[in-house]
Amino acid sequence: MAKLGWAGLTFDEASGGSGLGYAELAVLFEECGRTLVPSPFLASSVFGAECVRRGASTDVARAILSGVAQGDTLLAVALDEKSHFAPYSVETRAEASGDGYRLTGRKCFVLDGHVADKLVVVARTSGTSGDRDGLTLFLVDRVAKGVEVTRTIMVDSRNAAIVALEGAEAERVLGEVDRGADILDPALDRATAALCAEMLGLMTQAFEQTIEYLKTREQFGVKIGTFQALKHRAASMFCEIELARSIVRETMAAIDEDGPDVPTLVSVAKARCSDAASLVSREMLQMHGGIGMTDEADIGFYLKRARVAELTFGDASHHRDRFGQLQGY
Amino acid sequence: MESLESFRQELRSWLTENCPPTQRRLREGEIQPPWGSPAFEEEAKLWLERCANAGYTCPTWPTAYGGAGLSKEQEKVLKQEFAAMGAQLPGQSFGTHMLGPVLLELGTEEQKQRFLPDIVHSRVVWAQGYSEPGSGSDLASLQTRAVRDGDEYVINGSKIWTTGANRADWMFCLVRTDPDAPKHDGISFILFDLKSPGVTISPIELISGASEFCQVFFEDVRAKADNLIGEKNKGWSIAKRLLQYERTMISGMGAGGGGSASGGKKKRVAKRLRGIADAALPYVGERDGKLADGALRDQITQCEMDTLCFTLTMKRSGEEAKAQKGPSHTASMFKLYGTELNKRRNEILTTALGTQALGWEGEGFQKNELDHTRAWLRSKGNSIEGGTSEVQLNVIAKRVLGLPD
Repeated sequence: MAKLGWAGLTFDEASGGSGLGYAELAVLFEECGRTLVPSPFLASSVFGAECVRRGASTDVARAILSGVAQGDTLLAVALDEKSHFAPYSVETRAEASGDGYRLTGRKCFVLDGHVADKLVVVARTSGTSGDRDGLTLFLVDRVAKGVEVTRTIMVDSRNAAIVALEGAEAERVLGEVDRGADILDPALDRATAALCAEMLGLMTQAFEQTIEYLKTREQFGVKIGTFQALKHRAASMFCEIELARSIVRETMAAIDEDGPDVPTLVSVAKARCSDAASLVSREMLQMHGGIGMTDEADIGFYLKRARVAELTFGDASHHRDRFGQLQGY
Repeated sequence: MESLESFRQELRSWLTENCPPTQRRLREGEIQPPWGSPAFEEEAKLWLERCANAGYTCPTWPTAYGGAGLSKEQEKVLKQEFAAMGAQLPGQSFGTHMLGPVLLELGTEEQKQRFLPDIVHSRVVWAQGYSEPGSGSDLASLQTRAVRDGDEYVINGSKIWTTGANRADWMFCLVRTDPDAPKHDGISFILFDLKSPGVTISPIELISGASEFCQVFFEDVRAKADNLIGEKNKGWSIAKRLLQYERTMISGMGAGGGGSASGGKKKRVAKRLRGIADAALPYVGERDGKLADGALRDQITQCEMDTLCFTLTMKRSGEEAKAQKGPSHTASMFKLYGTELNKRRNEILTTALGTQALGWEGEGFQKNELDHTRAWLRSKGNSIEGGTSEVQLNVIAKRVLGLPD
């Protein structure tokens, strides 16, 4: 992927990238979703890279991103600490030490953390868990002393990691101390949008495959696609997917314009894509009958990936709550 | 392009000169007479007359039939200029959007001359005689009979759900002219005067109260055979063609939605998505800056999000239709999704207003609460009229997804 220039698709040319936008990135992610490509692309080239680009000085950012674009460096963001997504619920502490910081805490569900070269760690420099203020982003070398990475094998065959930090020395601070959320929020929004594009690809493929099956599978001497009980469910799914497609396109356009509605649109997109991908992957399995339960068929992969993607960066309920807050109610 | 620009200038000065103040957005210092007052009605009439004389009520129709003979591009300019002025295009009706286009396409020269100018000037109000008591979703099973007698047809039967029949002058009507043919092959499309002897019109009261719908009964109603459109027994294809014009009109309405294209950083979400929340707030209150009822709040956010996604889909479909020069395949889902969404919105509002949403009339309720009760009940019909949701699902399954019969 790096050889094709994909790993740095949205980076500027000085950072070894192609200077394209999120509309183009979305095309790539949709295809990855269709084919269920497992790659550290989301964690490294989008989430990690957005944190570095926004938080590091121009020279440092260019150096790191060039490595990412060439495929030499992989980034991962260590954010979550609990089983439910809550980006400000951070207890990992950063203590000033000499002219640097030492980090202590436990991070979980660090996407592709097991292969990352550098970790962006979200830690607390002031305040208490749940506060937006007081978060700081640190760049930490994975092989630094006091960093222990444990690979966790997930149901979708992709891996995350538990990152235990025991006085680990930070390589540098990204952005301002205590103002880490100002970087984290927009980076999260962009990573979430890219994930939505992947989910759109996933649900489109799962749907098309299911429709094909309805047109070929015969029972009771007829194609099962003649049954109205299945037709109506298929037609409903079509609507849900088309609405998802619209919001993903709109969200990418808003990101490329750096418009003021990005947070709102991202939450709408993630809520919709989570619900629609869940619906389509569950229906895919049910409509395929017994074959869908076998590991030999791809069907289970779509269900598993849909579920992991749903819970990544906040599920539908999280984003409905956030949407309500953004709208002031 | 230059001629298009000069057309725009021409139109702009025409509008400035001809559009009465009550029929456009007010300018600073102007005072609006109350809507429906004699002064208002007078100007509305004048506005219709002026637009009709210019052919603007049917902008793309040939001037020979009273239209303005505009090109599609000019029509677009017309709509833009009317919108810029805040002026409504008057006289839009079943005649201008449904019957007229069908007559232009399939009518004889004589029929065009006879009926189109009256549509342009709103001199004749048309009703649509499609559904029957026994023929709803299965429209082609209709039973209203028309039997030839000399140079007339004698019509017997009944139509139902006829919008505004009690205020209409004429009807375009589907009748069975060959009872022995397969159901799609024995139907004709005929026009007749609703004041003819033998026509009885009774308004239908709905669960929400009085309505625009009527049932129309025909007892030996005589229609001129000259007023049969197209070929005898070939009316079903005309019926479908007319429904296509109806759909084009509906999908055209959505095409302008979505974000606004002003300069600078574009705000893509045109308005704040909190209409339901604002209605709910006085009834359920607030806790920690959020609507106090968490479950209701979740339903509201979901409904507002879906509404935004739906609006964006209409916009996308409009753009795709333009690019492909034909209706986008997403158009078939608008009726289904839009009506289901409206029903959901009304259900959520009912929950939000609590028992205040359940008043029928009289003391104890505010006007907006009573209006809501009626709107909630009326919305139930949205997914039935104009093709049920189930029929729409069938259409998507067949036409879009290609699932077998």
